[in-house]
Parts: sequence; C-alpha cells; structure tokens
Amino acid sequence: MAVSDIALQDAPLADVTDPVVNDFSIRVATVNGSGSQTANLVLLRSIFRMGIPVSGKNLFPSNIAGLPTWFTIRASKDGYIARKPGIDLLVSMNAETAREDVLSLDSDAVVVYDAPLNLDGLRDDLVFYPVPFDKLVAEICRDAKLRRLVRNMIYDGVLANLLQIDMQQMDAALEKQLGRKPKAVALNRGALEIGYRYAAEHLEKRDRLVLAPMKKTKGLILVEGNAAAALGAMMAGVTVVTWYPITPSSSLCETLIDYLQKYRLDPETGKATFAVVQAEDEIAALGMALGAGWAGARSMTSTSGPGVSLMGEFSGLGYYAEVPAVIFDVQRVGPSTGLPTRTAQGDVLTTAFLSHGDTRHLMLFPASVEECYTMAIEAFDLAERFQTPVFVMSDLDLGMNTWMSKAFNYPKKPLDRGKVLDQETLDRIGRFGRYRDVDGDGIPYRSIPGADMPAFFCRGSGHNEWAQYSERPDDYQANVDRLARKFETARNWMPEPVVEINRKASIGIIAYGTTHWAIVESRDQLLAEADLQTSYYRVCAYPFRDALVSFIERYDRVYVVEQNRDAQMLSLMKLDVRPELANRLRSVLHYSGDPIDARTVTDSILIQEGYRVEKAGAQTTRLPHSAGVGGE
Amino acid sequence: MATVTPSNPRRNVNRIGLDTKQYRGTKTTLCAGCGHNAISERIIGACYEMGIDPGRVIKLSGIGCSSKSPAYFLGSAHGFNAVHGRMPSVGTGALLANSKLIAIGVSGDGDTGAIGIGQFVHLMRRNLPIVYIIEDNGCYGLTKGQFSPTADLGSTLKTGVVNDLPPIDTCALAVELGATFVARSFSGDKKQLMAILKAALSHRGTAMVDVLSPCVTFNDHEGSTKSYSHVKEHDDPLEEVSFVPFFEDIAVDYEPGTTQAVPMHDGSTLYLTKLDEQYDALDKIQALRVLNETRRRGEFATGVIYVEPDRDDFLAMLNLVDEPLAQLPQSRVRPQRAALNEIMESLR
Ligand SMILES: Cc1ncc(C[n+]2csc(CCOP(=O)(O)OP(=O)(O)O)c2C)c(N)n1
Ligand code: SF4
Ligand SMILES: [Mg+2]
Repeated sequence: MAVSDIALQDAPLADVTDPVVNDFSIRVATVNGSGSQTANLVLLRSIFRMGIPVSGKNLFPSNIAGLPTWFTIRASKDGYIARKPGIDLLVSMNAETAREDVLSLDSDAVVVYDAPLNLDGLRDDLVFYPVPFDKLVAEICRDAKLRRLVRNMIYDGVLANLLQIDMQQMDAALEKQLGRKPKAVALNRGALEIGYRYAAEHLEKRDRLVLAPMKKTKGLILVEGNAAAALGAMMAGVTVVTWYPITPSSSLCETLIDYLQKYRLDPETGKATFAVVQAEDEIAALGMALGAGWAGARSMTSTSGPGVSLMGEFSGLGYYAEVPAVIFDVQRVGPSTGLPTRTAQGDVLTTAFLSHGDTRHLMLFPASVEECYTMAIEAFDLAERFQTPVFVMSDLDLGMNTWMSKAFNYPKKPLDRGKVLDQETLDRIGRFGRYRDVDGDGIPYRSIPGADMPAFFCRGSGHNEWAQYSERPDDYQANVDRLARKFETARNWMPEPVVEINRKASIGIIAYGTTHWAIVESRDQLLAEADLQTSYYRVCAYPFRDALVSFIERYDRVYVVEQNRDAQMLSLMKLDVRPELANRLRSVLHYSGDPIDARTVTDSILIQEGYRVEKAGAQTTRLPHSAGVGGE
Repeated sequence: MATVTPSNPRRNVNRIGLDTKQYRGTKTTLCAGCGHNAISERIIGACYEMGIDPGRVIKLSGIGCSSKSPAYFLGSAHGFNAVHGRMPSVGTGALLANSKLIAIGVSGDGDTGAIGIGQFVHLMRRNLPIVYIIEDNGCYGLTKGQFSPTADLGSTLKTGVVNDLPPIDTCALAVELGATFVARSFSGDKKQLMAILKAALSHRGTAMVDVLSPCVTFNDHEGSTKSYSHVKEHDDPLEEVSFVPFFEDIAVDYEPGTTQAVPMHDGSTLYLTKLDEQYDALDKIQALRVLNETRRRGEFATGVIYVEPDRDDFLAMLNLVDEPLAQLPQSRVRPQRAALNEIMESLR
C-alpha cells in the first residue's frame, strides 16, 4: 500500500480548536551523520508542495559524524523566510542536547521526542508526544545498519499525522529527494507509513499547530544558493574553474562540476568545454584563475574568508595588472577552528580593499538564490568589462540552506567579453598600449596570448601605459589615477540597488545580502507594533551607486543592518558620503553565527528610536516616548 | 658530435623565417656578468634554432633578478611577471585557457625553493607542459644576497656568515615528484645548456631545468659554492648532450653502448653520450642515486638527469575540446534554454 493511501483512508483528525495555521517553526535536533538531512528535506519539500511558503536552515557542527545538528523549518503563510528565534515544535532525537533544547522552548511549544529520553518530566507547560523510534524502526527494517538511516524518516510520518501534512505530497517529496532508487524509496516509505500510523493510533492531538494547503508556491523552485551560483556560472560560460575545498563554499564548485559534466560536454566529441582543477591552496586557485583570465578564459574560483585572506596578494596583482577573474566568497565566521559552519557578513571590508597599495575591488551582494544566479552571470561580464577580479559576496546561510525562489530566467544579454583588441580597433587607435585610456572611461584594451594581436608584458604596479617597465613617479600616479577612473565608470555598471521609498517614512533602513529577509519582516513589525514607517535601500554592489547619497539625504536617521561586529558596510559607506550624511548612519548588528532574525532588527531600531522595549525578543507593548533621538 | 644549427636558404633566418633579433627582448637591466643574462641568450638561441613562433609563447616568472629576465628575450611574446613564488599557478591557468600555448617559465632558487616550494611541488606532480627554468645562484639576488634554500651546507655569505642548513636539490625533488624531464646545467656551459633547452622545448610535459647561474654581485666570492669558479671546477657532466630536431634530416652515427638515443614527443631525438659508465637517463632510481652521490662529493651532476618522454601531461588528462577554451564562442559555452528548463523542473 502506498503511503498516500493512508491519509485518504484514515478518518480526518479531530478539529483543532483555535489552530495556528501555516505560521510556525519546526526544529529537528539530531546527530550529524545520521541521515537526518534526507528526512528534513522531505519534510521541507512536502510543506513547499502543499503551497505553503517555507524555508529551511541547517545549523550544523564542523564535524563529519556524531555532533549535534539542528535543522529549522519555518512555515509562513505571509511568506517570511528569515530565521525566526522562537521554536514552536521540537523534534528531539539527540540525547545529548535534548534537555537544553527542551528547557529553551517558549511555553506551549510542542515536543516530539524519542520515548526513552523521558523528556516529559522536564516541564509542565509544553505538549509532549513520545515516539518509540527504535521499536518502530525494528518493525520495518531488519538490517541493523540501515535502521540508523531510515529511523529519522519516521518523524516525518509522525509530523505528517500531527500537522495534517498531505501524504501524497510527502510521498512525492520522498521520491524527488531519493531519485531513482526504488529500494531506498520503498524502505523510507515504510518508515513514513509506520510513523504516520503510530501517531494516528497512539497520539492524541493536544496542540494547535496545523498545516493547510495554500497556493503560494506555484511555479517556485527550492534550491541552495551555492547551486544557484553554480548554475549562473555555467550559464555565464565559465571555462576554467579552480578551487580549494572549504565549507561553506565547496558545494558551489562541486555542484558546478556536476552541471558542467551534464551540460557542457561537446555534443559531437564528448570532450569538455571547461577545465576544473582542484588547486593546492587558495593562493594557487586564484593564481590559476588569473592566469586563465589573462589568457582569455572566463575563469572563477570559490572560497570563504580564510581563502580570501590567502588570496590577498594575487587579488592586488589582478587589480593592478588588470586581469579578469570571478571569486565567490561564501562568507562564514572567523578564522581557524570553531565556527566554520556558521554564517556571517564579515568579509566586506577586507574584500573591498584586499591586498596592499591602493586597491579597490568590485563586489556583488546577492540576497536571494535568484540573485546568486543572476549575479554570477553578471560577475563574469563585469570582470571582463572592467578587466579586474570581481567578488560575489554570498554567505553560508544563502549558500548552504534551501530557499524558495521564482524559477530562473534564461539570460537575455549575450556574453560581454569587454574590450579585447581586434584588428578593427587596432586600426582605429593606431598603436596598441595595454594601459592607455583610449576611450576616456579608464578601461584600456587588452590583447590575449595566442590571438595574433600585439603582445604585452603583464606585471604589477610598475608599468607605463605602453606596458613597459617603469618606476617613474608620474607613470605610477597616472596609472593609479586611471584605475580610479575605471572604478568610477564601474559605479554605473554595477547592479542597481533595490529601493523602496515610503512617503510617510521617518527613518531609512539599509541592508544587503541575506539580511534582507529579516528586514522584510522587521519593517512589517515596526509598522504593526509601533506604527513606524520606514523606507528601505538594499545595496546590491560595491562601488555604491549615487542613489545611496540621495537615500541618506532623505532621512535624519538611517539604520545600516548587517551581520558582523564592526559595522563593515557602514564603514565603507562613510568613506563615500559627506561627513554630515555619515553622521546619520546608525548600526544594527547581529553576529552570533546564526542568521539574523527580524526580532533583533525591530528591537534594536525601536530602542535606538527611543521606544521602550520591555523584553528584547518577546512581543511586549512598546511605549513611544516623545519623537526623535537626541545627540545627532 | 655537436648540436645542429638548422640551415635555411636565406641566411640568418630560421625555419619560420625569423632572424635572431626577433627573438630578443628589451635590454637587460641585470648586472654585467650575471649568469642569468647568459641563460637569456641561450633561450633566445634555442627558440630561434627550434623555429618557435613567439606569438604562441607565453613567458612566465615570479619575482627576483631571474624572474625579471623574461623581459629580455622574445620581446614579441606575451609575458606575465606574477607574484613571488607563484608563477606555476599562473602558468597552469593560462595553459588551461589555451592548451596550444608554449609556456616558458623562469624562476629563481629563492622563488622556487623558498616561497614557491608549494606551487613547485604541485607543478611537478601535475606534469604540466611547461619549460620551467630555475636560475640558481644559491642566494636572493634582488634582495641583496641572503642565503636561499639551495645554498650548500658550509657555503658562506660575503659577510662570512656560514650556511648550516642542508640544501634543497630541486632536481632530486622534481624527479621524485613526477616531472618527466629533469636537467641541470651551468650558465657558463653554452653548448650543454643550449642542447638541453632545445630538448626541453620539444618535450611534452614538465621540463624542469635547474641552471647554476652565479650571482656576480653577491655570491661570487671565495667560500661560496655557487661562485663561477667553484661551479666550473665542480661541474660533473653525466653525458655529452646533443639534440637533433625533427625538422632536420640528419642521420647520426652513434654507438648504442655509449650513446642513448631518446625519441622526443615532437619527433626530435635527444642523444646522450655517456661519460659516466652506466648512466641511464630513463631510470628514475639511478637519477636519484647519482644526484645524491655527486652532492655528497660536493659536485654538481649536469646534463639530462631524467627523462620520461611519453607520459600524458596534465592537459591531456582533462579531456578538453581541441580548440583553446578561451576561444570558444558563446554558442558552445552557454547551454540552451532547454537545459535550464530541465534543471528548473528538477528543483520543483
Ligand atoms: C611576497 C614577497 N616577499 C618577499 C619579496 C622580496 N623578494 C623579492 S625577490 C626575492 C628573492 C629572490 O631570490 P631568487 O628567486 O633566488 O632570485 P634572484 O634574485 O636570486 O635571481 C625576495 C625575497 C617579494 N617580492 N614578495
Ligand atoms: S644581483 Fe646577482 S642575481 Fe641580481 S642581477 Fe646582479 S648578479 Fe644577477
Ligand atoms: Mg637566486
């Protein structure tokens, strides 16, 4: 019997009084390496398939097996997909964290737990549902080794029953997740089924959480940011990929390799239209990408903060020698051991000026998986147009978590290969000077090895406009001034910010990257809870567009919200705007390693706006005191 | 038997119609008498005689006096002066982009043996098709004469400071790591160096050539084991090296017992006339033994130390399309709409 039949046969659940429909968070606490990822993604996808907006965030340790992992799924009828601090339903499978997980829940939360953990004595203000997972799994799976892997699927079945998840959708999600592996599908189906049955027969519904079908995910896809970026890179026609493994960026190149092998083999010869090399370190990875860019390839590497640090010197060389390359920086928390699997927006300042001398780099800030895709494509065009390294600043939250998105569009623009010297240009400009500003935009023409145009000697800072070695002060200065002009030209080529001006707004909010999702929700909270109207400017790239200045000019107070300790984006803005405008910028910062949530933003803005927030993180009445904040 | 100069009906032009001037670069800015200048001359000579098209050559280097020298040869070729010690990665990337290019890399003993040892090691492992020349003077010329990792035990600086660390033997390392053409020569031995360079240029795979190249300004004094006179006295050639390029129709008489004829990838032949009784340049173990023994005697084994003419190089392993990746049009690198649709469907 297929699982989907069960739901049809069983009597509908007793009506839940005062239900909470499609608006809660589920947290699954497991041990990593226990196969829980499949169960979690099936759960996520079945909610998605029911048409309910959903997001999934994996909080995992830097470890292969045996340490605690938490997967959080948020269903939100209003479409909010940022992290939500409170958990409404906990699935507790890990003895090690069970106690603390339960103690940290808000009142009325629901706990589905592995029966031997005996959690129900811990608190009397929660709803507990014990499930004997070991006993159930033994009934459906003889092989002890496999039991460990399907055991988790049982909680999906339990939740399907408790939350009224459409079993047809769960079955479809299972097939999607496991692909064409009939044995695995059958075994996992058995687990779903027994979980569902157990709940139907033994658990009496005592909580208010319910999922009901909606129509809000039609046509949408579910994808991780790294996969989206990989797809963008492939559609951008990347030909040389060089990388060194590091969490959270590895899956970007790994997914890209899969895509390339499927879609980029020459149909006639079966040979590769791409080269992928796993380099010996990030220094070599960028060195290779630059060598390839210099020789005319569309090249890229992907990394995270520690790799970016190592790429310093080569980034500077790329800037001064004017060599294209695309670098994906999937940002994570700080150096060395500790929190490599937690998210941050901590590389903004270092990357902007990476390397020594007067260096400035182009950066893109995708906020969504869709932008991971579109900005990846754009990054390759910009790198070749401006003949310089371009950094795509993603983060762990975006890169490794699963997000809903509109389906991606086929690129409209042809590849922009930038100013590559050809015979026609050579005839027009007369003599080729690699670093001559022929067109007045700071962007010179470049010739490419092996392409039968005049050659040049590529080197760092010491060259004149003919690419001859020079240590003359005037040559150096003229060159860096031209590089600055080129950077100014880039300003108007970078992706535009997304600006929402609200005529009634008294304050402005600026954010970028994944912080965006907390802002969407926080603006609604500010309005609902304090009647505070806001305007919003989402930065999509560095250098900033001029619109940034006019946005700040509109408001006395502008809150720059970001996920680092030192207000890095705000600092960068201060360099670009007049001092009196810089004084209007305030910070809202979040840097715990968890993705930022709306509550943090709302409370921080309210406090800075002079409201009294009685207990941060809880919904309390706020008493506006007289307008404004002193001490500008 | 001597190396053979190609003949051409027009005097002073090579087989592709270029004269030596077209293989020169800008005027050297290195010290007069620097070994590196002599090596540049040999590179010019070898490329000229091999009839190499400078338009297909890329010159690569790191940082150092040695690394400056690519500006002084093949002026019409593209060049890339990378960062200190990291030329191998730039060369690798360039060859990935365009596998038709001929890569000539010039490094120093500091550039390779110290800061660049990591990239050197992986370059050798990959057997990337590149001629990789180390201009080895046992010191850092450009930063004014400090010891480099190839300085011999007991060698002294001008100031009298004695080196008490063992040297890195770049040739032994290259053989060990998988380079398929490993040679050592001396900037003062025109004939041997020229033959080795020509053979290196016709090899497909990594050709690692360590050239002892005295720094006349900082490391040419009594007490230095890399001074011109010390190297000249302790040069211990393994064989007489001669080379017949594929385009020369020359029959060479040789005695199989004393001369080894090594067929090169491009159809040329490398002749190694043994001076050392039994030396076999195809034997890896023997190569390592000889390098160790000569070093223990305080001598430098020169000549072609190891060659493996027919192993697949790195690019061959990547199964690339025939055209340079850099020159593929959009139609071949951007998948069709149907591909994107298929992927989108799989994500629903
Ligand atoms: C990252 C970095 N560190 C240090 C230097 C300074 N530096 C320039 S050349 C050189 C040593 C060069 O020695 P070698 O490669 O043996 O070349 P030589 O000058 O002897 O030919 C050093 C240390 C540098 N350019 N970059
Ligand atoms: S300092 Fe030494 S290595 Fe540098 S150019 Fe002069 S002689 Fe050559
Ligand atoms: Mg040196």
